[in-house]
Amino acid sequence: MWKFLHKLASPPHFYDLSAKIIPWFVVPGTILIIYGTIAGLFYAPPDYQQGDAFRIIYVHVPAAYLSMLAYTLMAVSAGIGLIWRIKLSHAVAAAAAPLGAWFTFLALITGSIWGRPMWGTWWEWGDPRLTSELIMLFLYFGYMALRAAIDDTTKADKASAVLALVGAVNIPIIHFSVEWWSSLHQGATIVRADGPAMPTEMLFPLLAMILGFSLVFGALLLGRVRSEVLFRERRSRWVKNVVLASGEQG
Amino acid sequence: MTSREDTMPGLWQGFMAVIRRDLLLAWKRPGDILNPLFFFAMVCTLFPLAVGPSSEQLSISGPGIVWVAALLATLLSLNSLFLSDFEDGSLDQLILSPQPLPLLALGKTVAHWLSAGLPLVLVSPLVAVTFQMPGRTVGVMMLTLTFGTISLSLLGAIGAALTVGLHRGTALLSLLILPLAMPVLIFGARTVALAAANDAVSAGIYFLSAYCILALTLAPFATAAALKISNE
Repeated sequence: MWKFLHKLASPPHFYDLSAKIIPWFVVPGTILIIYGTIAGLFYAPPDYQQGDAFRIIYVHVPAAYLSMLAYTLMAVSAGIGLIWRIKLSHAVAAAAAPLGAWFTFLALITGSIWGRPMWGTWWEWGDPRLTSELIMLFLYFGYMALRAAIDDTTKADKASAVLALVGAVNIPIIHFSVEWWSSLHQGATIVRADGPAMPTEMLFPLLAMILGFSLVFGALLLGRVRSEVLFRERRSRWVKNVVLASGEQG
Repeated sequence: MTSREDTMPGLWQGFMAVIRRDLLLAWKRPGDILNPLFFFAMVCTLFPLAVGPSSEQLSISGPGIVWVAALLATLLSLNSLFLSDFEDGSLDQLILSPQPLPLLALGKTVAHWLSAGLPLVLVSPLVAVTFQMPGRTVGVMMLTLTFGTISLSLLGAIGAALTVGLHRGTALLSLLILPLAMPVLIFGARTVALAAANDAVSAGIYFLSAYCILALTLAPFATAAALKISNE
């Protein structure tokens, strides 16, 4: 087990292995997303309150879910990198941040588009989830800005790892405080379509989309880590061999 | 044989020495203390000028304005927390000293709060009076500001330690710290607003004090780790 982990943490081995793994993420992920899109848009019954407008859930929920998953992944791998000094896990953290920021952005945009017909406004400060998602986006920006400001890669890895961990401790507090704050907010109460549990024709496409998004996220992440590793190890012999080998093929 | 331990100053002496030194430095450069205070007063002046002088509006938005201004003023003073130490090499001495670095970092944070946070708390009633805040609200505001500025000093010290020695440090520091400071802002400003509406305020004060203690427990370690990384 440990031997396997040690081997995995070595960049050349990871580079070879990830090339083989990526298709296993891309193919099922794409199939699931295609199924989820078709089933979600055409076969799921319209919501009894929201009509067809609820269908944006098939993008919104997976994006919001991944925005949090990516931060968790980033913080955990940054912590692993900081404690056990594994360079590869710093590369994972660095690669996860922009992806997480994009998913957060996507969740905000789709949430805002969803809010327009439902709440009659593009932005509702009273909704705690929108606000804490926005703060999440700022946390990602801070992380990436700190990383970009430090030229030395090792130093950037460690400094941004500390920031990611501090942020991870704070995220539950931020979510809680934003919720408390908005429950005190007077004014428009938001109509929630909590209603009865989802029928399966609605639920299955959503689960498929969540899983599909996660798989595609995994593939994108692996791809980004691969290029990150190539860049970081650009002076090493194995990268030279990789480049030479690809030159012979092409 | 006198061992190294006998001649070494203890934990408490080291902690106090850092505080005394930083307070003395602040005292010799009064601008460092006064400028954030002037900034605080000026931001509080900007809002009535921008929003309008009607007293109802000011009494509603007053708590929020005071809190945002306090947050920004704290950020302004945080930038220089470790900067001069980094430039003249004192930071190396702090890191090399036999006392644990988290303790010394806490000492620096305490000195920062005494020279930047405490004056803000003391000046805030002046601003509050111009926003027509009643007496009880002013008391609550000072209490929340006390806990809030301590938390902000502790959180900000992490950010200052991470960005010390970077060229674009100032803007970066705000970007790092402001999202983390939002719980403090939310609870601080809302509690004062609740006090102004004659509502129960204990929940907000409990939260702020709990947050303050959590930051007091964890932040010095993060600051120390960040200082070691920045000073490599």
